[in-house]
Amino acid sequence: MLNNILDFERPLLELAGKIKELQSFMDEKGIDLSEEINRLKERTENLQKEIYAGLNTKQVMQIARHQNRPTAEDYVQHIFDDFIELHGDRRFGDDPAILGGIGLIDHTAVTFLGHNKGKSTKENLKRNFGMAHPEGYRKALRLMKQAEKFNRPVVSFVNTPGAYPGIGAEERGQAEAIALNLMEMSDLRVPIIVIVTGEGGSGGALGIGLGDKIMMLEYCYYSVSSPEACAAILWKNSEKSSEAAEALKITAAPLQELGLIDQIIKEPAGGAHKDPAEMARTIKAVILSSIKDLSQCSTAELLERRYQKYRNIGRFSYDDQLIKPQDILKEEVD
Amino acid sequence: MLKDLFGKNYVTVKTRDKKEKQVKKDVMPDNRLWTKCKSCNEIIFNKKLTENLMVCPKCDYHFRLPAGERIKITLDEGSFKEFATNIYSVDPLQFPDYQEKLHKAREKTGLNEAIVTGEGTVGGFPVIVGVMDFYFMGGSMGSVVGEKIFLAIERSIESKKPLLLFSTAGGARMQEGMFSLMQMAKTSAAVKRLHQQGVLFISIMTDPTSGGVTASFASLADLILAEKGALIAFAGPRVIKQTISADLPKFFQRAEFLLEHGMLDRVVNRRHLRDELVKILSIHQTGVKSNVK
Repeated sequence: MLNNILDFERPLLELAGKIKELQSFMDEKGIDLSEEINRLKERTENLQKEIYAGLNTKQVMQIARHQNRPTAEDYVQHIFDDFIELHGDRRFGDDPAILGGIGLIDHTAVTFLGHNKGKSTKENLKRNFGMAHPEGYRKALRLMKQAEKFNRPVVSFVNTPGAYPGIGAEERGQAEAIALNLMEMSDLRVPIIVIVTGEGGSGGALGIGLGDKIMMLEYCYYSVSSPEACAAILWKNSEKSSEAAEALKITAAPLQELGLIDQIIKEPAGGAHKDPAEMARTIKAVILSSIKDLSQCSTAELLERRYQKYRNIGRFSYDDQLIKPQDILKEEVD
Repeated sequence: MLKDLFGKNYVTVKTRDKKEKQVKKDVMPDNRLWTKCKSCNEIIFNKKLTENLMVCPKCDYHFRLPAGERIKITLDEGSFKEFATNIYSVDPLQFPDYQEKLHKAREKTGLNEAIVTGEGTVGGFPVIVGVMDFYFMGGSMGSVVGEKIFLAIERSIESKKPLLLFSTAGGARMQEGMFSLMQMAKTSAAVKRLHQQGVLFISIMTDPTSGGVTASFASLADLILAEKGALIAFAGPRVIKQTISADLPKFFQRAEFLLEHGMLDRVVNRRHLRDELVKILSIHQTGVKSNVK
């Protein structure tokens, strides 16, 4: 259990220990220390607020990667009234790294997809730490097409370090599988709601992450490449990963500011793993209201909006801002 | 007429402007008399190498081509008209060293960005064409590359002219963070509309094509051709080797390997590529005509 304590949480842990000590002392000796205890509790609360408000990107990533972070399976159990898992891509196999199925959320039928990490090492080995193979993406596409046929909204939970970089994955067309999903999801005739619940690792995340509404839980990251890889490639130094993490702007708040995600979903104090049931309740409410919103527009409108949403992503200029203008002018005049 | 269509006289185009000369100076080997083949170590005279379209005459190793050279050997002489020339990268994340790297890449290649798009004809057939350039920051896809591909696709839809995209990329442009990743979604969404409108899309993967480019538009074409020996991957061989800590199979992620696994339509020697394209365009146009009647 101690292994799961994050460094920046230690001061909180110490306070909690003190409170417990005082409590047992009070119980034993019958001395009233409640004033002191309340004071400590208040301090804990303030300290917690302070710590979590000032987290750096690396620390957010630690929460996103936390071993006790709720998995897709946990959320399904909490959010759905009825759920049935559906397996296989009908081509090659079933990928346990992506969980898929259909179920009811408050009488609304929904198709669910989600990267599924494990909780234990054994389970993680089975689920490949949430790193999908092509068959995972193809299973997801099969289920999305099925959702389209029966006019069910799709809810997709993203939580993966990335698509699996392995021999089999490449042989069976990892790139094609992700590309095809992007193309088909851009035009799927039902609402698609995407929630990043932990790690948003590059193309492997995007492979089930294109939709009408893109949301992130508070302590998540979504990145073009892992900061570790980014530092290794750009600066040939993976020790600069903290620097890369900040530079890449991968946490929810900057991504929302840049217009790359639509909404941030607040997590319980200390992160989703501190209170999975509470987290699930919040997510459930957001899913239901999102479905309600998106169901109000016609299919044509939905698709056009989705197309425009992605069409408009990108920052560039029609003026040359970076190169000295005279350089270009000189060339063109010559 | 037929000779015009299938002829091999496509190395005669002269360097037209300063920009191209600049490219030649920096990335083409013409400042020396000879070049050593990276694969078989053969010493090749540059004149011979250029005549052979930068393919080693001894072992068929395909040297990487800058976008300008690619356009020269592919499109009919004088037919190419570039569009979307005035779109420039900005630095949306204020990423360390990005502006400097952009600046250097521009000086080195004479290009604005890692892709050149335009229209022209190939064997007399009108096409919309996009050519990526590996010498511009590893052909990485950021906002501008995504936008230019998007515009090329739109142009193709409007004009109903077939789209040829030559890709080469190390992956997404890291310095633009999530803006780059999302170009995968943006370009794929555009390709969907292209298909819905019945426009032909030929993707030509050249060495190397990897990451987000392979995992988006480049893999979504009607026909996917690859140049002989090209590295084509989602995750690069180094990353895979590190992950699985084992040796990789021979020819792993080479064009021939992908062909064997059903991921490509054809692997083509660069010296035959133009002929193949003309043939495809010709057959395709005949098909379209009969369909309309």
